[in-house]
Amino acid sequence: MLRTDSVTMRFGGLTAVNDLNIEIQKNEIVGLIGPNGAGKTTAFNTITGVYRPTEGCVYFKGKAMTGAKPHAITEAGIARTFQNIRLFKDMNVLENILVACHLRMGTGLFANILHLPGYLRKEKESRDFAMSLLESVGLADLAAESAVSLPYGKQRRLEIVRALATRPSLLLLDEPAAGMNPQESLELMDFISQIRDQYDLTILLIEHHMQVVMGVCSRMYVLDYGVTIAHGNPQEIQNDPKVIEAYLGVD
Amino acid sequence: MNMKRKNIIRSAIGLLALLLVLALCNAFLGPFAVRIMNLSAIYIVLALSLNLLNGFTGLFSLGHAGFMAVGAYVSALLTMTPAQKTMNYFLTPIVPWLQNIQLPFPVALLLAGAAAAFVGFLIAAPALRLRDDYLAIATLGFAEIIRVLITNAQALTNGAQGLKGIPKFATTWVVWGCAALAVLFLVMLLRSSFGRTIKAVRDDEIAAEAMGVNVFRVKVTSFVISSFWAGIGGALLGHMITTIDPKMFTLMLTFNILLIVVLGGNGSITGSVFGAIIVTVLMEALRFLDMPMNLFFIKTNGLPGLRMVIFSIILMAVVLYRQRGLMGSKEFSWPGIDRFLGLLKRKLVSKGGR
Repeated sequence: MLRTDSVTMRFGGLTAVNDLNIEIQKNEIVGLIGPNGAGKTTAFNTITGVYRPTEGCVYFKGKAMTGAKPHAITEAGIARTFQNIRLFKDMNVLENILVACHLRMGTGLFANILHLPGYLRKEKESRDFAMSLLESVGLADLAAESAVSLPYGKQRRLEIVRALATRPSLLLLDEPAAGMNPQESLELMDFISQIRDQYDLTILLIEHHMQVVMGVCSRMYVLDYGVTIAHGNPQEIQNDPKVIEAYLGVD
Repeated sequence: MNMKRKNIIRSAIGLLALLLVLALCNAFLGPFAVRIMNLSAIYIVLALSLNLLNGFTGLFSLGHAGFMAVGAYVSALLTMTPAQKTMNYFLTPIVPWLQNIQLPFPVALLLAGAAAAFVGFLIAAPALRLRDDYLAIATLGFAEIIRVLITNAQALTNGAQGLKGIPKFATTWVVWGCAALAVLFLVMLLRSSFGRTIKAVRDDEIAAEAMGVNVFRVKVTSFVISSFWAGIGGALLGHMITTIDPKMFTLMLTFNILLIVVLGGNGSITGSVFGAIIVTVLMEALRFLDMPMNLFFIKTNGLPGLRMVIFSIILMAVVLYRQRGLMGSKEFSWPGIDRFLGLLKRKLVSKGGR
């Protein structure tokens, strides 16, 4: 599904990500972990086209995606969420989702302005789809609320649902459990597996909450100072001396 | 559903009342008052087009006067009679292919908008790589370039002499029709799916891009649409005043429009409409401030510019007490009016009870 081939990202003299080789199969849930500043979000940004990797190549469904613009990558089927929630703050919950629906509507500018019948039909489809998404995550009754007035946990959910509205096949979640209490984190774990099954997704997630990562991911990669120091299933990672060293520090 | 029907009826009645007021004003007000009334309509068009950029797309542009100039000149040159052109171009003769061309007004008006939109498109590609204040400076620079080009293209635009005797096509019904069309156009645009992407770009560019919105294309489209309406507004202005020259289209003109947008509310169509009317009427109503005044003890000999001092004070007051302008980003709607009236009633009742 997704493969990064020796992706390296340098900012001046700093190598944020060094020789990253990730491979994800369809319907897997894979974790990307590592201490603060390890280069996890940078790895995300190179995959989603925010940065163009200094070296290496990103392949999605066998096609090279390197250098494509973020919106083109989303169109190809990779959607993402952000570490610090980025909802559209002057819009309500439903409108936030509808923005993401625009991509698949494929209506022209004039059809939009003139509200031509074809556009109106597509618009209705989008609204129905957006409402069904909101219903499936229990946010339907908040559709008319301002997005930023939602409690934190629901904002996180909304951001994930908004990413789903672009109809992705690969979903990248950047610290979905950040700022959540243990109870919310548990619910989130279930939620992630649930959307994977429901929408036939492949998921790559960055997370600090070990409980969440260990619980939901089948495999994981560990980054430290941009270098991949370990890779394997949760048990292997838990017992890997390099990982323990990176996280706890060893003399 | 019932509520909806009621609101449609109310809108229809409101619209008819507006038409009636316009017709009455047009018939019974003096030429000076009608002119101010029509100037408001033109400023509605201009404010809406700038608001699309500043308020809805979040692009701070100061280049409006440039696009207006393009529209004004194109429409003027396409509608003036060959005789008028010969009279105007006494220093350098006009280029031959423009001498005899004369198109019907609606066609010329559309072409004026299209020409401004095209210039906007050319400017958009380099300028929109910048943002915020850098974009403002760049667009301001481009507007000056347009003005200087017009001043120096003697054989094309008659340079600094400007054009006189432009046909007076901008009647009450034409300008208010254009204003109504501009309002309708913007409402339809912003309510559409594409309109939502415009607002998404304003709210969070990075998130919009990640949601598959082609941010650059949205910005360019918005810029081109805005330029189109600026061109229409400029053309109407020319056909109302009947003379244009490059000195009309300076930053001062852009500033006036910006004043309307900020005063009315950045990101509110309703705000721009009310703002345009209020500012245009006040500009004239406060003209006495520039004249010699006799305030019993203090006699002034006329202070040109005092009007702008007062205006600046009003603007400061608005920005201090209503940071987001008169309307904020709210729009006119019947349910909104109902809520407002309800609130007012409750306030009055509670005061009366005491």
